[in-house]
Amino acid sequence: MSNLLSIEPVRILTYLVGICAFVGANAAYLVLAERKIAGRIQRRPGPNEAGYGGWMQPFADVLKLFAKQVMIPPGTDILLYCAAPLMVMAPPLMCLAVVPFGESLVARNLDIGLLFVFAFGSINVMALMLGGWASRNKYSIISAARVVSQNVAYEIPMLLVVITLLMVAGTLDLNELIRQQAGGFWNWNLLRVWVNPLMPVTFIIFFICMLAETNRAPFDMAESESELVAGAFTEYGGMGFGVFFMAEYSNIVLGCCLGTVLFLGGWQSPLPLAALSGPLWGPVWFLLKMYALIFTVMLVRWTFPRTQFYGLLNLSWKILIPLSLFSLLLTGAMMKLPLVLQRLF
Amino acid sequence: MIASKESLADGPDGQAPQETFILNLGPQHPATHGVLRVRTTMDGEWIKRAEPVIGYIHRMHEKMGENRTLAKFLPNPSRIDYLSAMHYTHAFVGAVERAAGIEVPPRAEYIRVITSELNRIASHMVWWGALLSDLGGLTPFLYAFDDRELILDLLEGLCGARLTYCYYRFGGLCNDVDDEFLQGTRAFVKHMPPRLKMYRDLVTDNIILRKRLEGIGPISAEMCRKYGATGPVIRGSGIAYDVRRAEPYSVYPRLDFQIPVYPECDSMARYLVHMAEMEQSLRIIEQALDQLPAGPVMGKVPRVLKLPPGDTCYAVEAARGRFMVRIVGDGKDTPYRVKLRTPCFSNLSLFEEASRGMILPDALAMLGSLDLVIPDIDR
Amino acid sequence: MKPSLEQLIADFTQLIGPVPAVPAVSPPIAADAAGSPAAPTPPPPPAHPIQKVDHAQRGYDFDATVAPAQVVASSELLDRHGFALDTMTGVDWIAQGEMEVVYDFFHPTANIRAVVRTRVPRQTPELPTIAHVFPGANWHERETHDFLGIRFLGHPNLTPLLLPEDATFHPLRKDYQP
Repeated sequence: MSNLLSIEPVRILTYLVGICAFVGANAAYLVLAERKIAGRIQRRPGPNEAGYGGWMQPFADVLKLFAKQVMIPPGTDILLYCAAPLMVMAPPLMCLAVVPFGESLVARNLDIGLLFVFAFGSINVMALMLGGWASRNKYSIISAARVVSQNVAYEIPMLLVVITLLMVAGTLDLNELIRQQAGGFWNWNLLRVWVNPLMPVTFIIFFICMLAETNRAPFDMAESESELVAGAFTEYGGMGFGVFFMAEYSNIVLGCCLGTVLFLGGWQSPLPLAALSGPLWGPVWFLLKMYALIFTVMLVRWTFPRTQFYGLLNLSWKILIPLSLFSLLLTGAMMKLPLVLQRLF
Repeated sequence: MIASKESLADGPDGQAPQETFILNLGPQHPATHGVLRVRTTMDGEWIKRAEPVIGYIHRMHEKMGENRTLAKFLPNPSRIDYLSAMHYTHAFVGAVERAAGIEVPPRAEYIRVITSELNRIASHMVWWGALLSDLGGLTPFLYAFDDRELILDLLEGLCGARLTYCYYRFGGLCNDVDDEFLQGTRAFVKHMPPRLKMYRDLVTDNIILRKRLEGIGPISAEMCRKYGATGPVIRGSGIAYDVRRAEPYSVYPRLDFQIPVYPECDSMARYLVHMAEMEQSLRIIEQALDQLPAGPVMGKVPRVLKLPPGDTCYAVEAARGRFMVRIVGDGKDTPYRVKLRTPCFSNLSLFEEASRGMILPDALAMLGSLDLVIPDIDR
Repeated sequence: MKPSLEQLIADFTQLIGPVPAVPAVSPPIAADAAGSPAAPTPPPPPAHPIQKVDHAQRGYDFDATVAPAQVVASSELLDRHGFALDTMTGVDWIAQGEMEVVYDFFHPTANIRAVVRTRVPRQTPELPTIAHVFPGANWHERETHDFLGIRFLGHPNLTPLLLPEDATFHPLRKDYQP
């Protein structure tokens, strides 16, 4: 088996199928999970008609979306209009290729994994912008403009946070990043306060940025349904809308994967016990942490009202960026402090 | 909505103004809660001019009033503002009673106050949920409807209707309350304060909500006066104008309650007025239940009710402000003219001036805080 | 700035002047040979143009009948006293060939309800606008124009508000045939 996987094309193909299945299943069932959680929060049952407890609901939804006629409104830029849903789906699929779900369970263990993720992750914005622009709808255009300014604003604190981690870890390899967090939950980047006392704050900044980058409530400016109807997706129907919807959830999966890798120790067990670690335990821990983050994302969505657009930008430019810059400087200072002390004394 | 050539070249002078575009919010738009259309001239996301276009569900209730006898028109007022049907029926019934000089037994008046205040709470709960869903928080809506359901059940047991009640009659009520209603209302009065506290903790004190509402959509007291805005809008602008106190009607003078006033003039002030009003309504209900006298619920009413010549006004404090019926009689059993002065009509008319220069999400938050019911505007 | 009822009456007496401003009651034109059965008996015109009214009986405290030309002046007077425009109504007195326009005012703090009414001939139902005094009158005047066809001279935008934008009919006129 492992021999077979070492053949590059076989390996690529296997992981391609695996990631597509993972993303597809997650997108489908996260929608259901979200609706169930929302129902729970709102004191109602949620979808419960299709199948036992509603477990067939995703199939019904997808069937409905597939059965819808593809409508391209007149006056749209057809090429861009059709390309946008594909472009929005591509980044999460690409990026998951380098995410290590277990120590060896990774499609391509790139040593520049982190760079790869952020490089491809930014395409998402472009897709939403093109979709909004090509739709020839005023709501979509407003939404497209919002998406761009929002993502530009939140890319900066997110990257500053990541650079902080890079300075600590000294590597772009995601697997190596996880290996450095071995030995119990107190060694996770989230709690490594001796490296930088602001580490938990950094994680919160990362989480907020992740919410904003994936356009999730309370930062869902792209699809603020009470203001812009459905924002960039207003003119999309059927599977075009379905793909955008799937991409939203895939992006959440990707964002939470990153959060797990960077801050929560990836596939590392929370306790340094031999019985709880190993190649089989790795994916379990990873998925547990990831789904816990996803659950938080959903909880936030159904608890808070939406922020105002300018308030959102102010939060980034006036609070998050200075804070993450300060954290970056602090990390640098604390890393150099021992050297300076050594020199002096 | 496709940006048609026509709508683009629809500037004030027939030319498409440079740098601006026209956005038709509505008639079907998630934030307008009904068929309200706001024709906005936008500069990016900034509103240069927002002109409400109304009349999509105009039903000409005033003509209906002229065409049919008083008793036949009685179900109509509750269809004007379906969320505060009790108040609207109260105003119409009150106008006819005042014109024809009909005495209403005190028990009926107390029950009118109790049901009206229950209806006010139900109406404010809908407004609260709808405002929050305008702001993107979808969960409070379900909680609000949970509480409203209790009121609807109580009122359904009383008159059979859940929304468009026709419970009041000229001279009294169509039937007396039963013990089930009284006990249910007492239970509701006990049930509600902890819920209101929970809403305060969970929603009112939320920083995002405060950022969305504080300082947004200022409406000065002077603007309220010039446009005739009433209800929570004028009370959120620092003026303690409440018809229950300004033109006392029914048994309100015998009840002890406060008029919540907030001087900040912004959307948050209007929000807080609504929330405080629910507490006051609970107080009123409790007192009215305690004071509820025994006796008949129907006064002496002539078999054929005829309006004497002359005009009569009767105003009530509906959930959204001052609702007045001006009824002109000519000695027949149909009114010569019925004028329905609705609060939302005046409250919306200031939107054009107040929303100038606002950003779209803020304008929609303000529109939500005005507490509009579109059939009430269009009549 | 709380006006008293007496002060209001004094100011209005000054405004209307010594001559009673009630337009001479024009003779009924409809109910003779044609025999319009719907001709109503109108209320008797008030004895004096300015009246103090019992709120408990009529729902307002003060009633002034002014000439059409005095509408703007009287709304300005009420504006100075701090009144708010409540609503506007038209009544079609077809038997007298007149239309009555009723302006309702309420005071936000002083608990006085004032009514100002005027009558215009049915053939030329024209009144000066008060939209520049009370911006809220803009919509009320449009509505009154919709329903009764009363033209408000100087109104910035006298287009149908509640009726369809191409409406040319006035449904609350008593001779309106649907």
